[in-house]
Amino acid sequence: MNPVMKFIHKTGSPAYFYWLSGRMIPWLWAIFAVLTIWGMYQAFFVAPTDYQQGESYRIIYIHVPAAWMSMMIYILMAIFGAIGLIWRIRIAEIFAVSSAPIGAAFALIALITGSIWGKPTWGTYWVWDARLTSQLVLFFLYLGVMGLHSAIDEPRKAARAAALLALVGVVNLPIIHFSVDWWNTLHQGTTVKIGGGSKMPNSMLIPLLVMAIATKFYYGAALLTRARNRLLDQDRRRGWVAKKIKEDQL
Amino acid sequence: MSKPLKYNPRAALVDIYPPAKDNTAQCTHELDTQIVTAVDKQVAEQEENVCIRVENLLFERWFIPVFESLNFSVKAGETLLVRGTNGSGKTTLLRLLAGILDPTEGRIHLPELPVAWLGHKLGIKDSLSVRENLQFMARFHNMQPTDKLINETISQLDLERVAEQDAGSLSAGQRKRCALGALLFQSEAIWLLDEPYSNLDDNGMKVVDRLLTLHQQNGGITILATHGALTPQSLEVRELIVLGYQDSERYRESLA
Amino acid sequence: MSAFISLLKRDLLLAVRSRAEVLQPLFFLLVVVSLFPLGLGPGPALLARIAAGVIWIAALLASTLSLDGLFRADFDDGSLEQFLTSGHSLSLLVLAKIIAHWLTTGLPIVLFSPLLAVWLNLPREALPVLVKSLLLGTPVFSLIGAIGAALTVGLRQGGQLLALLIFPLLIPVLILATGAVSAATDNIGSSAYLLWMAAYAVLMLTLAPFACAASLRISLS
Repeated sequence: MNPVMKFIHKTGSPAYFYWLSGRMIPWLWAIFAVLTIWGMYQAFFVAPTDYQQGESYRIIYIHVPAAWMSMMIYILMAIFGAIGLIWRIRIAEIFAVSSAPIGAAFALIALITGSIWGKPTWGTYWVWDARLTSQLVLFFLYLGVMGLHSAIDEPRKAARAAALLALVGVVNLPIIHFSVDWWNTLHQGTTVKIGGGSKMPNSMLIPLLVMAIATKFYYGAALLTRARNRLLDQDRRRGWVAKKIKEDQL
Repeated sequence: MSKPLKYNPRAALVDIYPPAKDNTAQCTHELDTQIVTAVDKQVAEQEENVCIRVENLLFERWFIPVFESLNFSVKAGETLLVRGTNGSGKTTLLRLLAGILDPTEGRIHLPELPVAWLGHKLGIKDSLSVRENLQFMARFHNMQPTDKLINETISQLDLERVAEQDAGSLSAGQRKRCALGALLFQSEAIWLLDEPYSNLDDNGMKVVDRLLTLHQQNGGITILATHGALTPQSLEVRELIVLGYQDSERYRESLA
Repeated sequence: MSAFISLLKRDLLLAVRSRAEVLQPLFFLLVVVSLFPLGLGPGPALLARIAAGVIWIAALLASTLSLDGLFRADFDDGSLEQFLTSGHSLSLLVLAKIIAHWLTTGLPIVLFSPLLAVWLNLPREALPVLVKSLLLGTPVFSLIGAIGAALTVGLRQGGQLLALLIFPLLIPVLILATGAVSAATDNIGSSAYLLWMAAYAVLMLTLAPFACAASLRISLS
């Protein structure tokens, strides 16, 4: 066995993963909190007002990182799913399944903040703008993965089915994006794009990047927490859990 | 060890069912490449013609083992009778061997032979007649469904009277016989039969015994699972008793 | 290859035996399309504008309705286990089933589309493009739908879930097809859309049977 696979298998052993994730989770939450507090402070109190959109633009500090994360998590979910399907690594299956609700939450946040931003900008809560529509489709794709997973009783079978669906989705994702863009340019003229022009002063840009990094730590922390709980639930009859309980009681 | 393969003692059938490929030669060849540890090699030398080997097989459902550390091997030309109580995992074992399920841990070494699987679900179509079902099975298993072949198969299965009826209109036992027909088109395969005697009358059970005897004479392997008194009557079998995890000492401990 | 052909023949024979099941999606299509003039008013200009979208959405719904049963009978009676253990390539067998499905549901939709176009007052010059787009698009419904059908085959509430799984994936087909028809209506070239649809169909023809076979393996385990 090559060293990479050895590492994966070692990290994938439930007891070791449980221990390692337990050490990592507090740090991830802490880094997320620090970055978010700083980023939000900068975003709402320090960054200058946009000359075109006024104060309403500030919602991009939530909207844009959430939209980025929803996309990134879908791709990661498919990668974890592929690893789980190909090498039958349980922890990868668990990561894929645990990613779905987090990604769906980010997609929903992006949709809601997009609508809120739309009200002052477009005068209505919903416009069939290309990005919002793509975001909506992505949200539906998440719903599909989560729906399939919850419909199958046997946990490992459910995880593998959901992983496969995520893989099919990830192949189609670029095609969906491209076709929605095309559809949008056909049916309506250009609208004001969220995020505005490409040139942003640093005082606006840096908080955005900080928030983008913060959400990644959030994902890491939430993913590990979910995966840990799922693992514990699945293995509740196994020896290592009993041993762990005994150790904790001492 | 390769003996001449006659599929059927009835001379007329030899040219209808093409003789099976020489399974035994393939089996020994496979062993050389598959055996991994020294211990195994010793075992392999002792047991000539080992064809199927199952090592430390573990299968879990809902993260509870159905059975664990299952080890056995099957020689060419052997008929293995898997016995065990309800829930001991007989069906699961057969489904693993058939490749429908994947083992959670452990390995199954199979020779490069096809498998013929007959489970609780028979794989016949209710809206097709017995003849049409058999014609499809024959073609599906790369045989020419000539009238001669199909008629001979129907008479082997004692289904002459209902040959033109829709399978949906038949009794459970007759449907079972129709499904057994698929085995006749897979003479070179490893037969995996889950409760082949269920639903059959005395005559039908004799049909199964006859098929099993033919397959054994050809050097073919049959693994069949049965829970009760229904066992092959007229041929030599080896028994494998599967002790499910639920019957094991460890499970009782874990419940306590 | 003989297994592929025998399975294709068997599925077509079964479809002939149970005509009602084959005809139901088609009747469903006709009923759904006829609801639109009743709901939106019979104004010819409005109908002409929405014709392509209505026909395509109705075709999508009708296909999904029939896709739910694509593997269910074979799952229930054990045929799928036979396919899996037969030693034949499961992807190839799945492809045979998908082709049979398209011939019994997709093709009738294509053949009936001129009637629907007349009902909805679609401009005559757009009709050939509508038929072409259906010829290229309905196979994709069968191909992608088969993946969803394979994943939901053993499940209780399979039908609703199937729609949730495949509708988002079928959005590109819908967009390209209605784009092609409206381009033809406006007398701008529609070949770009149709070529994209053809490319998409080829891509799915290449990938879907494998994904579908993998899904069936999971569903059978």
